[in-house]
Amino acid sequence: MNWVWTNFGLIWELTLDHVVLSAPPIIAGLILSLPFGWLANRFRLSRGILLGIAGLLYAIPSLPFLVAVPTLLGTKILNPVNLVVALTVYAVALMVRTTADGFASVEPDVTKSATAIGYSRWWRFWSVELPLAGPVLLAGLRVVSVSTVSLVTIGSIVGVNTLGYFFLNGLQRNFPTEIVVGIVATVLVALVFDAVLVLAGRVLMPWTAVERAPRRGAASIMGSS
Amino acid sequence: MMPKNTSSRVGALITLGTVVVGLVGCSSGSPLSSSGNGASAPSGTITVGSAGFAESEIIAQVYAHALAINNIEVSKRLTIGQRDVYLAALKDGSIDLIPEYSGNLLQYYNANSTAKSGPDVMAALKNVVPSGFEVLDQAPAEDKDSYNVTAEFSAAYGVRSLADLASLTIPVTVGANPEFAQRPYGIPGLKGTYGVSNVVLAPVSDSGGPLTVKALREGSVQMADIFTTSPAIHDNNFVTLADPQNLIIAQNVVPLINSAKASSKVKAVLNAVSAALTTEDLVALNGKNQGDEKIESGILAKEWLAQKHLF
Amino acid sequence: MSEILLALGWIANPVNWVGVAGIPNRVGEHLSYSSVTVLIAAVIAMPLGVVLGHTRRGKFWVVPVAGALRALPTLGLVTLLALLLGIGIVPPLIALIVLAIPPVLAGAYSGIESVDRHTVDAARSLGMTEWQVLTRVELPLGLPLVIGGVRSAALQVIATWTIAAILPVGGLGRYIFDGLPVQNYAEMLAGSMLVIVLALVADGVFALVQKGVIPRGVVARQSASSSDGGTRRRLHAD
Repeated sequence: MNWVWTNFGLIWELTLDHVVLSAPPIIAGLILSLPFGWLANRFRLSRGILLGIAGLLYAIPSLPFLVAVPTLLGTKILNPVNLVVALTVYAVALMVRTTADGFASVEPDVTKSATAIGYSRWWRFWSVELPLAGPVLLAGLRVVSVSTVSLVTIGSIVGVNTLGYFFLNGLQRNFPTEIVVGIVATVLVALVFDAVLVLAGRVLMPWTAVERAPRRGAASIMGSS
Repeated sequence: MMPKNTSSRVGALITLGTVVVGLVGCSSGSPLSSSGNGASAPSGTITVGSAGFAESEIIAQVYAHALAINNIEVSKRLTIGQRDVYLAALKDGSIDLIPEYSGNLLQYYNANSTAKSGPDVMAALKNVVPSGFEVLDQAPAEDKDSYNVTAEFSAAYGVRSLADLASLTIPVTVGANPEFAQRPYGIPGLKGTYGVSNVVLAPVSDSGGPLTVKALREGSVQMADIFTTSPAIHDNNFVTLADPQNLIIAQNVVPLINSAKASSKVKAVLNAVSAALTTEDLVALNGKNQGDEKIESGILAKEWLAQKHLF
Repeated sequence: MSEILLALGWIANPVNWVGVAGIPNRVGEHLSYSSVTVLIAAVIAMPLGVVLGHTRRGKFWVVPVAGALRALPTLGLVTLLALLLGIGIVPPLIALIVLAIPPVLAGAYSGIESVDRHTVDAARSLGMTEWQVLTRVELPLGLPLVIGGVRSAALQVIATWTIAAILPVGGLGRYIFDGLPVQNYAEMLAGSMLVIVLALVADGVFALVQKGVIPRGVVARQSASSSDGGTRRRLHAD
């Protein structure tokens, strides 16, 4: 572990690069999936089409996609934007299904009541459907976050500075320790992102903490397993 | 419905967002961004790139540190990949400078060149480099691709030179990077120059690294392309096959640079570095980097510059 | 766009259908690597997930552990295992099995766990043994989600065997790693397109299987109910 201390500057540098590359796809994935997920849930036809396209996009293997992006976008070869675009596509593809399921899990009675009281569709979306779909969205976002942080390492194969550098350099120099450091650092970044998401969930959806308690109490009273 | 809760939620969201944006902004603005992924570094900054193998990275680090010591802004992009990829990056301006090897670069631009010796190769190279780019002074240091076999194989089949391969009756597999199938010094060269037709490539993408070495040692391949300055040849008692016809021409280390960034100061620095770089230096650096000590390329670069009392 | 045409041209070229580097061989290699990976992952993770789902144990660690395994970067595992275990098919195989376990485990666990407790209790009150409850009630009802886990794993595995081609293995990833150093976009794009097709075909097959294993009674009830619930709906037997 001496190596870690000696090279801490490099490790920290690449960790920051990695974080900067991981965050935008996750955030964009969530935001962009909202309209698609909502549409997918609204109409049977659009659900089939949108989820089909999402499945297709997700099936594209990461490395070839990454290689193809500069040609498709006309960007420079080493531009990290290529990596961010590719990962955003994956994030959206993953999140669309979750978002659709999330909106589907909102009880129709609730939305109908909201409309009955006089909520406009727009206001109902933001203050009723979205918050209620929140927990499902959060669960899906956590999966997207983990997979995005892991996938960012592939960028090193095409010259983008990420923690994946340690895998390639360690392989080149027959240095397993370096690879392990890269793996551990990647997992730590994923854990931090996850913690941030859970925290955001608690802050933005305080009612979910309250929900859990009474259910347990009721169950024990009724004596069910 | 309950404006208080909504606005407090929105407030929390904004706070969280600000914190995230602040952290992100912090990191890209930090002094560490000298190695960052900045899509386009401010003009005047030289972006040094390196290929996908360890020695290239060491030399690139030497260039980068030498320039930095002389107060030239530097940014680095390491492990870009192989020649086709990093030359494309050079062409589109993603990088400005990369350490190259005279012979291979010459053959990349002109596969039919007949230059063999150091000076001839450099002269020919200066003529074929595309306009807008140039090669600076070459270093005495040389690192060549080389065909290697195990000592046992050499003894068993009497193979000491590439010329001996044509008379081998057994099929031969050579472990090398995938592009070996197309390089002039690779499979096509073996066929063309030495008449060897029964050679098959086993692609191992580690530039003569530990996997290739292991494959050669264990017999999964009979030959392997290992760089001459790699410690593995000596450590494993490999026999480097002689090359009487100079299939592999002179390979002096030379900086390839975007002319727009090649100010007289930059040239002076890089030429001073090149003048001091010897083959023995490369062997020693590789030994420390890939051998037991596993010292990082950046640290080695600083040590080497200090040791040579340059700047 | 022109690159895509070049890639299609590359695929159409009969030269690329022959020999070790030919499309049939690479597709065959890729398929066999992927199937073996998913099979072994299923053998490891499915019984575990099913038992945990049945006993309702491990609720708090199955998800985090599966998530942690998912966080391991495949490129790191592949390179590390190659250094430790040598070249050959075993190191990447192990790395990819590790990648395939989380979705299979999660699918098996949630498939069994999502079966309505009342149904299970009813079965027990009828006198069924635990084994019978598992095999006659929970498994048939939970099978679609269990298969869903395998389906998700298969998709990931097919896509990720392309990364393993950084090592000297076969499969469709070879087209990418052999084409990359010489910037042969036609070859790389062709390889990617083939992987996508393979993944989609596999996904389609699994989707059919998933639909096919839903018990008849459940299907009747679903078509009777009007709402189009998401995959989170609880499965009730009639």
